Amino acid sequence: MAEMWLNMGPQHPMTHGLWNLRVKVDGETMVEAEPVIGYLHRGWEKLTENRKFPQIIPMADRLCYGASMSWSHLYCLTMEDAMEVEVPERAKWIRTIVLEAQRIGSHLMWLAALGTDLGSYTVFLYPVRERELFLDLMQNLCGARMTYNYPRIGGVRNDVPANFERDFTRVLNHFEKRLSDYEALCDQSTVFRMRMEGVGLLSAEKAKNLGVTGPNLRGSGVDYDVRRDDPYEMYDQIDWKVCVEKSCDAYARYRVKMDEMRESCNIIRQCIKQMKPGAIRVKPPRTLAKGKTGWAHVEDPRGEGFMYVIGNGDERPYRLKVRSPIFVTVSAAPEMLVGYKIADVPAIMGSVDMCLGETDR
Amino acid sequence: MDLRLAPQAVAMSSAEFLSWSGEVIDQLMRYSGAKKAVDKLTAPIWSWAIRNATVPLHFGIACCALEMAAASGPRFDAERLGMIYRSSPRQCEVLLVNGWVTAKLRPDLRRLYEQMAEPRWVVAMGECAISGGPWYDSHNTIQGVDTFIPVDVYIPGCPPRPEAMIDGFMKLHKKINKEMKGTFLND
Amino acid sequence: MERIGLAPGGKTGEVLAQDIAQRFPQGVAVAKSTNNRLYAKVDRSVLVSLCTYMRDALDFEHVTCVGGVDWLEQGKMQVVYHITSYANKVTAELVVDLPRDKPEVDSITFLWGGANWHERETWDMFGIVFVGHPKLERLLNPAGTEVFPFRKDFVTGRRV
Repeated sequence: MAEMWLNMGPQHPMTHGLWNLRVKVDGETMVEAEPVIGYLHRGWEKLTENRKFPQIIPMADRLCYGASMSWSHLYCLTMEDAMEVEVPERAKWIRTIVLEAQRIGSHLMWLAALGTDLGSYTVFLYPVRERELFLDLMQNLCGARMTYNYPRIGGVRNDVPANFERDFTRVLNHFEKRLSDYEALCDQSTVFRMRMEGVGLLSAEKAKNLGVTGPNLRGSGVDYDVRRDDPYEMYDQIDWKVCVEKSCDAYARYRVKMDEMRESCNIIRQCIKQMKPGAIRVKPPRTLAKGKTGWAHVEDPRGEGFMYVIGNGDERPYRLKVRSPIFVTVSAAPEMLVGYKIADVPAIMGSVDMCLGETDR
Repeated sequence: MDLRLAPQAVAMSSAEFLSWSGEVIDQLMRYSGAKKAVDKLTAPIWSWAIRNATVPLHFGIACCALEMAAASGPRFDAERLGMIYRSSPRQCEVLLVNGWVTAKLRPDLRRLYEQMAEPRWVVAMGECAISGGPWYDSHNTIQGVDTFIPVDVYIPGCPPRPEAMIDGFMKLHKKINKEMKGTFLND
Repeated sequence: MERIGLAPGGKTGEVLAQDIAQRFPQGVAVAKSTNNRLYAKVDRSVLVSLCTYMRDALDFEHVTCVGGVDWLEQGKMQVVYHITSYANKVTAELVVDLPRDKPEVDSITFLWGGANWHERETWDMFGIVFVGHPKLERLLNPAGTEVFPFRKDFVTGRRV
């Protein structure tokens, strides 16, 4: 059979961001796959060497714009580890709440994109509608819909607004009912299940070795979640469970994320009950000694995010290294793609939840 | 037939006939004022048709693409204004650049622009497309998409709200009205 | 102190640090170790044997990150590895110093596939050669770029 290389991208409706997937096809079956990235590379890590520490927070927002709170928070955690700053308790509660709200928002955007890929426009419209509610909550809190610039080294920028609990509780109650509807919309659709089940298999051993993390790893049966296993903020004081699925296919990864949305609602409810009044911010030092390092890792909605900073002796970092979860998952994409048909590519890559801003940096 | 017996018959090739008849109609329409009357009718209709179908290319680059997607959502609903995304550049009228352009992307973006058929417009959405945005000192980012593609509308913001994006498209509608693409016998 | 998430039978960072220090008395200097973190300075020559030992005997299954640092004034480059153990819930930081005029280090891609693109990107940005890497080509920078952008002697500025 004749084989040829096809370019899926950089302009392609399934790409969720700007990358090129070159596949070698034998008829309709993929024989080899090679992801080509770099269309969004701005040299983020080098640019931070030209900025003061607080100026990097809005830059970190734009690393992965689908989960921007998670990245600016990760940067603040890294700096707090390097500067040895202890964040006050109320700030930790607020951070946990907004991180989980961001997780829900990010997963809703993923679900919307997955729906578009599989041709179901309804599954685009409904999650986008619910996501608007969460963006309203964030806007009440910090003024922005998407790139928030809200966490600070040493705490958060401002305290919660009036009616915070009432608004959050209303949205969560409304959302949990609707979430059951969206699950039914997908799970009871024969076409959806046929397209997602049994494709994109990634065994647990391969996933661990290739560095795949997050919902993609838990969809392959590996029980590891940074929030439980290396806790940060208030995750060790809340009773919640890690969502793991065993079937290793695209459907399992989809199920993990749907369950995670429910767990996030559970976490936010507990945080709101347990939150106590107090300070929300401490003043960190302005400079970091030359050669002093710090690192932190978090459970980003897409996997394990990690940052490593080295101080320069003044107000700028000497080196700030970012580990993006999707960078590694895309490198593992050939493993998930080879052997399936071209029409399975949107289902497989859609289940992986790609965000190219963090991949290319 | 012997043409000398019928001098009133004028022999022309089809190309000659078309250009001669075109000129006659052109002159007739202009000097009698009929062109002005027809234009008054066709130009608004063409503008109405074109501006209600400003079909953008399905091309999301970065953060502003998420606000573009939110603009197609139920709350802001850009589709009622004709912004239905199509994947092939041949079928699109608007190239919506929503994110920073890197050196790797520049030739591909230029090619996409050249593949689009007339009439076409370019909308630069967000600070990165306008002038490089926060990445002003990056080695790989182009400082503004108008350095290699002519831009019609600039939408500032980082990212611009979906309402701002829709407002930018309203300005594009005004521009389309002014351009009067529906004139009969284009000068 | 009982640590949340400590797997039954899992070892803490301090225990792992002692294990490594015993096994590699030369070439590995453990700087600090806590419950769930371990910081060590590793010599280039023992890197692969240390990593093999960590993967096979100490259950370090996952490479979190491989990054490069350019110390221009000190005339050296560093590669910093962060390797995580799911079973023990410990992350180890290994720092390897390399001479700046010939920055070469052995690739650990054959041990962990997760290091593949990290090493490729480090080469792309710094020019550190990973000996034995399957595909050391430009990844993020456009193909044909002639400079290593993250080196300290490459100064960025406005560019059109």
